[in-house]
Amino acid sequence: MTEFNWGHFGLFAVLILVSVLTVVMGFIWFERRALARMQIRLGPNRTGPFGLLQPVADVLKVLIKEDIVPAQADKIVHWLAPIVALVPALMIFAVVPFQDGGLLADLNIGLLYVLAVSSVSTLGIFMAGWASNNKYTIIAAMRDVAAVVSYEIPLALSLVGVILVAGTMSMNGIVQEQNNVPLIFWQPLGFFIFFISGLAEINRTPFDLLEADSEIIAGFHTEYSGMKFALFYLMEYAETLALSALVATFFLGGWQGFLLPGWLWLLLKIVLVFFVIMWIRATLPRVRIDQMMSLAWKFLFPLALLNMVITGIEVVAWPDALPWVLIPVNIVIAAGLIILMSRNHKTGWGRVEV
Amino acid sequence: MKFNFYGSGMGEGMMMTLRHLFRRPITVQYPEQRLNTSRRIRGNELVWNDEKCTGCEICAKACHIGAIVMEIDPVKVEKKNKVYKYEVDTGYCIMCGLCVEACPFKALYMGYDYERAKYKRGDLVQTKEMMKETPEKHVSGYFYPEKAAGLPLQTLLIDKISEEK
Amino acid sequence: MALRTEPFVINFGPLHPSTHGVFRLRATLDGEVVTELEPVFGYLHRGIEKLAEGYTYKQSICLTDRLDYVAAMSNNLAYVLAVEKLAGIAVPERAEYLRVILAELQRIVSHLVAVGAFVNDCGAFQTPILYMFREREKILDLFEMACGQRLTYNYMRFGGLSQDVPEEFIPALRKFVDQMPGYIDEYDQLIAGNEIFLARARGVGILSREMAINNSASGPVLRASGVAWDIRKADPYSIYPRFEFDIPTGTAGDCYDRYWVRIKEMRQSVRIIKQAMEQLPQGPVTTRVSLNLKPPAGEAYAHVEAPKGDLGFYLVSDGTDKPYRWHVRAPSLLNLTALRDMCIGWKVADVIIIFGSIDITMGEVDR
Repeated sequence: MTEFNWGHFGLFAVLILVSVLTVVMGFIWFERRALARMQIRLGPNRTGPFGLLQPVADVLKVLIKEDIVPAQADKIVHWLAPIVALVPALMIFAVVPFQDGGLLADLNIGLLYVLAVSSVSTLGIFMAGWASNNKYTIIAAMRDVAAVVSYEIPLALSLVGVILVAGTMSMNGIVQEQNNVPLIFWQPLGFFIFFISGLAEINRTPFDLLEADSEIIAGFHTEYSGMKFALFYLMEYAETLALSALVATFFLGGWQGFLLPGWLWLLLKIVLVFFVIMWIRATLPRVRIDQMMSLAWKFLFPLALLNMVITGIEVVAWPDALPWVLIPVNIVIAAGLIILMSRNHKTGWGRVEV
Repeated sequence: MKFNFYGSGMGEGMMMTLRHLFRRPITVQYPEQRLNTSRRIRGNELVWNDEKCTGCEICAKACHIGAIVMEIDPVKVEKKNKVYKYEVDTGYCIMCGLCVEACPFKALYMGYDYERAKYKRGDLVQTKEMMKETPEKHVSGYFYPEKAAGLPLQTLLIDKISEEK
Repeated sequence: MALRTEPFVINFGPLHPSTHGVFRLRATLDGEVVTELEPVFGYLHRGIEKLAEGYTYKQSICLTDRLDYVAAMSNNLAYVLAVEKLAGIAVPERAEYLRVILAELQRIVSHLVAVGAFVNDCGAFQTPILYMFREREKILDLFEMACGQRLTYNYMRFGGLSQDVPEEFIPALRKFVDQMPGYIDEYDQLIAGNEIFLARARGVGILSREMAINNSASGPVLRASGVAWDIRKADPYSIYPRFEFDIPTGTAGDCYDRYWVRIKEMRQSVRIIKQAMEQLPQGPVTTRVSLNLKPPAGEAYAHVEAPKGDLGFYLVSDGTDKPYRWHVRAPSLLNLTALRDMCIGWKVADVIIIFGSIDITMGEVDR
């Protein structure tokens, strides 16, 4: 047993908390400004120069609001739900490498830890929906549980390809393996499946049926106000940040890069992935729940299985193959499979005879 | 339902959104920047010319809500009735302009200003003195094109966008 | 041991982000599937028909603005046509052409709002609706130039308009008409090919031909179900026979067809405006009508093709200056009667979309 290094843990815990909260507030500002420019309007520009203090104003506003709990609600569950939802999102950052060796705990099963921890926040969302004693929130909570459980499987299976190519489950090890070519070129299909499943897990457009403004008012956080609502809001952005960080680490090369320090490269890659997520939010409408389920089970799941099999064959048969031979082959296989599956895919039922 | 075109429809939509990211926004930041309203705007008040007015009360009859309240002297002096009280409740008025059209002596106009918010509802009532035409009060060109000629031209969104292209 | 289940009654209450106005839907759900639907309206009733019996004919023009507040020029036009039929007033040529131009511009505005709100209900986070509102702003600028207000115009009078349009109206209108088809192409690029939108809207909420005719549907809802019935061609009013335009008709009667019919109608409206601008004569636009109009005793009914459907006014006069009976045939209310049949068997998310695609305004439904 190695010596328990309190100093290292303490430093990194504080660092992670501070940096995650700061970057989340930066993301809130960035999303509001860029989304507004895509919609031919200006974003916030009155609070501070360029509206940079807008998230601070939001935090202040939310802190001074009254905390309303519905009369018939389950008080303990209502109080616990935001905490259970937020903490796992923060725990993912314990294994994201900011620098070569710069992470809280260099577990050699880092990837498995990430998958295990990220599923717990669903429980928090369901608790919130159930404890509010409101028909709309129950619908939202049921939808969420069904959707997240379905999308866990393609998410995990797409990462098996990453493990096979990199040869290790440790996050730092995966990044170190990408010093020549980022894994997105080795695993284009895996990236595609991971990205879409990740979007569904964090309930962002086009899969944001949970907080569908036009259908069930505000979904699972209808009955929340004040700081508890702020925790849910924070959870949404912290999970988006976590997804961006995971995509940047697994597929884009983490802290690898020339000239600039490692953590700066990681930040740039995270911002790029976040921009794409936000761009998707600005453009696409949302899907219906049964279409979402059929997408997971009938489209992504077979693709993930095929990806695993093909990657396994490649790793075993040609372990020392040259990159510029295998990468175009992979891309062609990925494109062909996606088009083939799209042709045969039918989404959901239609009208049900009542 | 099949997904047509394998995702190219979504891709085109996203190109369109990205293109809008680089266009100049057309937002006008009120109150620092203001647009010129139309020259015929049916603004928030009425303007009364007491020399031309003869006290015939046609405007009060034309108003279907009863926002105009008048008291006149029934005895005619030089074909005019003296007007003792002339009040318009601008909180009640719907700015339809029927009174302006009805006046046969061209003594009533719509106002041009629209920033007339008050703190108390009673302050919205315009009394006789507040309604008189003064050089500071702008008069709208609704129904009277000669008054419209002196006002600035309206800023149009289509001009603003055509200039950019 | 069987699991005990019970149906779930949910209330899309009067205050809801996406019911267009104050409208209440009581839905009985079985899981996510709707088994029973009951619309409840009447929350915006203002007693307009009764009020109009106490006003003169000219004062009621202000009331017609507030019926369908999104498309007020069409309401004005329908009422003014009814009174002109009742009293036998002739309209000068230039006024007829200007009325057609204004009515078609109003149709574009109303369809922009309808399509924008529909795509917003599908979940597209307000991007398409903001683009469409930019075009709506341009048209509202033109209306403000002509009559002074942006929403309740009160512009048409018996025998023409209240005053002529200013001279900067026609150049601005020409610029708008040149640019508009390009913007409609932009909307198509953003929305129409989008696979998610197609999956949400195609085949959803089908209104068959027989059901549409039986329920007295009219307007784009009827045309999307396959019936080519447009008042401008079937029972022409004003000078519409002089223009050539097509009537877009759908085939399936689903939400996507209703959206597509509205986009096509916008293009046809631009075509009509171009023809009207070329043929616009000079001349007067007003007719001298007595201040206290006393039409002869009798009744008259006039209907126009409003953007929402077939809007009609029924007036009964008894010889005095106030009407005896003043009735509105509201298209939104009659289109709404088919809602229950369209929604049964679909899911919660579809109910909102189907309701948005019918395009109603509560001002008309409740009056």
